[in-house]
Amino acid sequence: MRAIDGAVADLKRLDLLATGDSVMHRLDARAKVLTTLVFIISVVSFGRYEFTALFPFFIYPVVAASLANLPGGYLIKKIAMVIPFAFVVGMLNPLFDRQPMAQLGPLAVSGGWISCASIIVRAVLTVGAAFILVGMTGFLSVCQALERLGTPKPFTVQLLFLYRYIFVLTEEGARASRARELRSCGRKGLGLSSFGSLIGHLLIRTWLRAERIHMAMLARGFTGEFHSGQLTRFGARELFFVLGWSALFVILRLENAASFMGRLLAGLLT
Amino acid sequence: MHMADALLSPAVGTAMWGAAAATIAYSSMKVKKELDDRRIPLMGVLGAFIFAAQMINFTIPATGSSGHLGGGLLLTILLGPHAAFLTIASVLVVQSLFFADGGVLALGCNMFNLGFFPAFIAYPLIYRKIAGAQATQRRMTGGAIVAAVAGLQLGAFGVVLETVASGISSLPFATFVGLMQPIHLAIGIVEGLVTATVVAFVYKARPEIVAGAMASQPVGTAPLRRILFSFLAAALLTGGVVSWFASENPDGLEWAIARVTGAEEVAAGESPLHHGLADLQEKVAFLPDYSFRQGVATDHGATVSAGETGQDKASRLGTSVAGGVGALLSLAIAFCLGFVLKRRHQVA
Repeated sequence: MRAIDGAVADLKRLDLLATGDSVMHRLDARAKVLTTLVFIISVVSFGRYEFTALFPFFIYPVVAASLANLPGGYLIKKIAMVIPFAFVVGMLNPLFDRQPMAQLGPLAVSGGWISCASIIVRAVLTVGAAFILVGMTGFLSVCQALERLGTPKPFTVQLLFLYRYIFVLTEEGARASRARELRSCGRKGLGLSSFGSLIGHLLIRTWLRAERIHMAMLARGFTGEFHSGQLTRFGARELFFVLGWSALFVILRLENAASFMGRLLAGLLT
Repeated sequence: MHMADALLSPAVGTAMWGAAAATIAYSSMKVKKELDDRRIPLMGVLGAFIFAAQMINFTIPATGSSGHLGGGLLLTILLGPHAAFLTIASVLVVQSLFFADGGVLALGCNMFNLGFFPAFIAYPLIYRKIAGAQATQRRMTGGAIVAAVAGLQLGAFGVVLETVASGISSLPFATFVGLMQPIHLAIGIVEGLVTATVVAFVYKARPEIVAGAMASQPVGTAPLRRILFSFLAAALLTGGVVSWFASENPDGLEWAIARVTGAEEVAAGESPLHHGLADLQEKVAFLPDYSFRQGVATDHGATVSAGETGQDKASRLGTSVAGGVGALLSLAIAFCLGFVLKRRHQVA
């Protein structure tokens, strides 16, 4: 059960980061959503054997997280939890792709190993960018940004409902599940039949709750949209932010900055 | 089954994004038009329920390992295809943003694999046909198992196709299919059993919930055809735009192979599907990439130019060392910059 409680606590912590106040937090959410998308597309658009050229891209997540004053250790831990999955998929590449591609001293490195390393770096970059987006924007603002970028209203409204009730229902589910676990000594009774009625009960309670929520909202004048206290504007700062970062991503995509810097350094030393 | 961004190419990712966006727009329109507005809070709260339900495990019969509910088919049975698709899509959005369970660019793929197949294929074409208008317990169970298996098989096949078409993983098509399909056959049977158990429980305790859901969605073939068509159109449109954009830069794989081996023949060793898709992309693309390759190759000629087979190991070693040193250097610069910015923040 600690797993469920842990997951909920984790969700809350990431959400609370968005209550901060910094240059990045104050930017319009649309600018941050668009920049994150350009970033992810630029990173994944590299060929599968590209490895070193990915590293200059670390500048965006690191700078954004620092400006937004997000806790680095927490982000790294959160990213590290996902990387094993990328590693498992990437591990298959060296098995199938044995063409030697690079020479590291006496060691010939096969294409599979290079693409495996590339997959892991890609995963770190894309996963990090998504976490940082939520940490410096918050889920409500991301939803509002999606709506103002043209996402249909029924979708965003129910996305907000979903988010609001995750906390309530996961806690309820965790309590029910803990009760069942405590009653199932020696792991008996955790099978399908008790699961079916447990989930069924949870479902019926959820359904009735949704109806009560809806009536309460109607009584308070809900017309199918959410109003937020303040709406940020997409101004010159936002435009500059999006265009500036996008230009950098395109340059880093077209020109291998890592190899350029390496050559520059080699030139300086000799 | 959630796909990550790291294995996706931009062309596949954005094409599926376009397709998912079109399906969301269509489903939203349908929900707005056909359902009363009571359904929208219900959808959101049920989405949160799926989240909670996925965290509760049960023991899988006869194996001793534990599994959890997927929930796509359950939502569709309770809400109908359009509302269910929107709900599954929003669950995936939260999973990708807060738990990195599935990437942001991969959202389109995941919505399609985990949402479209159960909601628009498995439910109307299989579950409704088997369960029928006057559903009995046995028919509902049978329908749920067959529909869950079919939905997951299609979804798993979607994952394979999207991964192979992206060409980042080296896993051959046949091996990947051989891995994915049997695993998801087992998962599908369990998912169907669980879905049937939960539906049966709700049906016994509150028959009006299940019956009301059944009655509110008449099944026809026309909406399916329309949705498939709009989906295809959106995918072709976005895919076409992206492949046009992508073909301005030579394909990364071809470029990398050409750069290393000095020949392009190696690319022919790819799986036939990837090769076929590459051919198709070349034909569909507005700008064939040949006219650009020369230019770009000489652009990067400073490292190793594509045509020169004479370029020996020494220079290759040189470039990879330069790249490695540069990568470390850029990482160091990024983190120093971050450190300075953070320091300044704390002082201020």
